[in-house]
Amino acid sequence: MATTPTPLEVRNIKKRFGDTEVLKGLSLEAQKGDVITLIGASGSGKSTFLRCMNLLEQPDDGELIVHGEHIRFKTTKHGREPADWKQVVRMRAKLSMVFQSFNLWAHMTLLENIIEAPIHVLGKPKKEATEQAHALLERVGLSARANAYPAQMSGGQQQRGAIARALAMDPEVMLFDEPTSALDPELVGDVLKVMRDLADEGRTMVVVTHEMSFARDVSSQVIYLHQGLVEEAGTPQEVLGNPQSPRLKQFLAPKY
Amino acid sequence: MLDLQGYGPRLIEGAGVTLQLAVLSLILAIVLGLLTATAKMSRSWLLHRTATVYTTVIRSVPDLVLMMLLFFGGQIGVNAISDMLYDHYGIDIYFNFNAFAAGVLTIGFIFGAYMGETFRGAFMAVDYGQIEAGKAYGMSNALVFRRIRFPQMMRHALPGLSNNWMVLLKTTALVSVIGLTDMVRVAAEASRATHEPFVFLIPVALVYLLIASVSEWMFARLQKRYDIGFGGQ
Repeated sequence: MATTPTPLEVRNIKKRFGDTEVLKGLSLEAQKGDVITLIGASGSGKSTFLRCMNLLEQPDDGELIVHGEHIRFKTTKHGREPADWKQVVRMRAKLSMVFQSFNLWAHMTLLENIIEAPIHVLGKPKKEATEQAHALLERVGLSARANAYPAQMSGGQQQRGAIARALAMDPEVMLFDEPTSALDPELVGDVLKVMRDLADEGRTMVVVTHEMSFARDVSSQVIYLHQGLVEEAGTPQEVLGNPQSPRLKQFLAPKY
Repeated sequence: MLDLQGYGPRLIEGAGVTLQLAVLSLILAIVLGLLTATAKMSRSWLLHRTATVYTTVIRSVPDLVLMMLLFFGGQIGVNAISDMLYDHYGIDIYFNFNAFAAGVLTIGFIFGAYMGETFRGAFMAVDYGQIEAGKAYGMSNALVFRRIRFPQMMRHALPGLSNNWMVLLKTTALVSVIGLTDMVRVAAEASRATHEPFVFLIPVALVYLLIASVSEWMFARLQKRYDIGFGGQ
């Protein structure tokens, strides 16, 4: 075993915005097939942590290792920055992100959204990318919407389309940043179902979420963050089934 | 029937000069405008400062003054260079600072400053999530610009761009002061010679109107194209 490198490893990530230290040294290791969910109250740093993993935010300290490759950093007058942006671009292509607000490109049809990065980043032939896109659209139940623009689709459709866009990169790890938080309650189920299927087929995923049932049923590991630190981490049974800290107990308690 | 008293061919030639001047100046202005907008949004202090000085100076000095400054100043500069080449290296070349080139450079330079502001506002109107999605999918900055920022910025820029173009078109009439024979200059000469100003100036006005109407139609089509996906189609 262990012939393939770890898909994603982050060590001791620290991040501050002005005087506020939002991440105080966070680590995570995603092995192939892991589904790691990050939970915590608003402001606990879970989204910032996720955004540090593909360097949409620049961590002030810490290491980032994608598929065995260490990302190199340098210090400039603007702070710590990647030393080699080409390396970052290469690394990001292995980590697809699904955003809270979908962020499908508004000037492209759904199909164009899905083939965009495979063609222009991975260099796939258009025909091949298009065939793959149609297969993915069928998978997320959106075959009929291939030529629709994002503005013509419901939030749930947009998010499933965004997941298809992420899958088209055949990513090493998928990063989900609160994928259901911007959706109407009745649309959440469809998106979660697609995500459950992905977990079942062995996709490596890191998911920031407020959906506790998803975290409980699907994750291999749950990490509860509080004020930029890991308060509890472990299997869903441990963390959600038998919480230790009063804060986590309160966080998990029924709200109404 | 309209009798142009033999000035017809020269007027048409002049209209050609006007149109070429306007189109080439527009291209230069767009390039300078994109550079200026990029410089203004950059975090480099020097670039930001340079762009600010450029837009401030250009927008506060009258076009006519700038045009004469660049034309006469440009000739002096070119002369100085050729003198220097002759004195130091014995190279004997003489450039004539071309009035057409001076016109394109001046008008392009002036409108580059206005375009810069138009583009800057348009770039800032693009939703940042759209750009982040590009980055998150492994696009380089250049690719994000070409595939996402630019096409999404255009719908915000087009109304300002079209307005700047209309003003630019009319500004080309100033080039007659630096000796360029555009259609206004031909019409002015003909009016003086024949004492019939309306015969020449009204057709000239109609040509401007025609160019403006055609471009308005083209801008409307462009707007439609860049609005795709943003509702209201």
